[in-house]
Amino acid sequence: MKYAVKLTTGCMVGCAALIATVAFAETVEPTQVAYGDYGEVETSLTGVPGDPENGKLIMVDRGKGNCIACHQVTSLEEFPFHGEVGPSLDGVSERWSEADLRGIVANAKMAFPETVMPSFYKTQGYFRPGDAYTGKAGEEPLPPLLAAQEIEDVVAYLMTIKYPD
Amino acid sequence: MKKLAVAAVLSVSVAAPSVADETANLVLNGETQITVRADAPAHVDGLSEIISGWVFRSDETQALQMDDFDNPGMIFVDEARDTWNEASGEAGESCASCHGEPESMAGVRPVYPKWNEEAGEVRTLAMQINDCRETRMEAEPWGYTSGAMANMEALISSVSRGMTINVAIDGPVAATYAAGEELYYTRTGQLELSCASCHEQNYGNYIRADHLSQGHINGFPVYRLKNAKLNTVHARFKGCVRDTRAETFSPGSPEFVALELYVASRGNGLSVEGPSVRN
Ligand code: HEC
Ligand code: HEC
Repeated sequence: MKYAVKLTTGCMVGCAALIATVAFAETVEPTQVAYGDYGEVETSLTGVPGDPENGKLIMVDRGKGNCIACHQVTSLEEFPFHGEVGPSLDGVSERWSEADLRGIVANAKMAFPETVMPSFYKTQGYFRPGDAYTGKAGEEPLPPLLAAQEIEDVVAYLMTIKYPD
Repeated sequence: MKKLAVAAVLSVSVAAPSVADETANLVLNGETQITVRADAPAHVDGLSEIISGWVFRSDETQALQMDDFDNPGMIFVDEARDTWNEASGEAGESCASCHGEPESMAGVRPVYPKWNEEAGEVRTLAMQINDCRETRMEAEPWGYTSGAMANMEALISSVSRGMTINVAIDGPVAATYAAGEELYYTRTGQLELSCASCHEQNYGNYIRADHLSQGHINGFPVYRLKNAKLNTVHARFKGCVRDTRAETFSPGSPEFVALELYVASRGNGLSVEGPSVRN
């Protein structure tokens, strides 16, 4: 696959950094996130471990991640309907490291430059930013689509997703 | 494109709601042949084939458009026939006083929006209707996306059904065309999606429960089962832009007029279908 190279390199860097970094319990602001060369983010955005159960709810909630609008996920089959705009997320934890996934959820454009996947932890630099779904103007910085801990929760859930048997 | 093919193959296991028959052909009232698939016009780089939005709808929704007795949009066409004949405004004129039967409008819808030489501007059908109301009838203009406007557009479209869309893109409209094209590919709002993100790169794919079409406007105004009324082009544009978490443009704005001309021209080769039926 196209991303195999990125994946391996990302993980090598990721694993090294993980050992070197001491977690600190301060929230990383959207403008302060340190993306690696392949879009990965080594450090937790909050220092608080993600809650996979909450991550699951965020992924299916239309007002939150709404990830299944674009992605099929077999482990979320009880929540209809799953879209086809992005790849299936089955086996995603076996393809990507935690740092890669944090980067992809926070700002997928760092890993996939032209992707249609929205940036969930970004607050400015938009053309005609709106006030949520009102159609009215919004003022930057906008609140990010997901809060720092919500990103961590989603990443924690993604890390549980294996290929279905 | 390659990437999307992979995405589509990977994500087949969840049952999608009401699947469409994508090979169906559209014949109205057992007689009027509607072209729902055609080669993409040369000026559209991102598509090889253009496909009417009707193709992407469920069997039941498709069927509603095949017979005028089943098409709820035709009720509004009948209302507009009455309006057509009613005098309104200071001049005491009706549409009929100048134009005779609504059938005289056959051939109008396929070429709009178009350049108006006298006014020196690109006009949408809505703009032309309001110009007649204001300058010839001395009547109040209708709201751009109002029911009265949608009804009249439906009447004028209905008499051109089956005729081939053929919107001019060069000469005096070249700058408008370019502005519309630019907007079509510009990512708006916090979701950073352009029209092309959904309707060029992802048509045929589901986004949540919605089956994405190519977003053509040959079927407008559209009767939507969702809100049980006729919906105008600019109201649809506004909804789609809003859904990118963006500040929308206003119906009738120069931006939406340009976008309408551009989007209409992407459908050059399809048939006029309005009023069509969508979910
Ligand atoms: C509007 C569509 C859309 C939404 C919403 C969306 N994604 Fe994506 N996502 C994509 C696309 C398209 C890709 C493929 C990357 C590319 O464009 O090359 C992708 C890629 C990914 C990948 C890498 C997949 C792999 O197997 O290689 C992950 C992980 C991911 N998305 C997670 C998420 C999560 C979690 C959410 C919600 C918080 C989400 N996505 C929301 C469209 C979307
Ligand atoms: C987030 C995805 C998304 C974006 C971005 C988007 N649309 Fe849509 N659009 C939809 C969905 C979903 C529908 C309903 C299903 C369909 O007809 O494709 C739709 C329907 C339409 C229709 C009605 C088609 C018919 O046959 O009834 C038109 C016209 C349209 N869009 C134009 C546009 C234009 C122009 C833009 C950019 C300004 C745009 N859309 C941006 C999702 C989107």
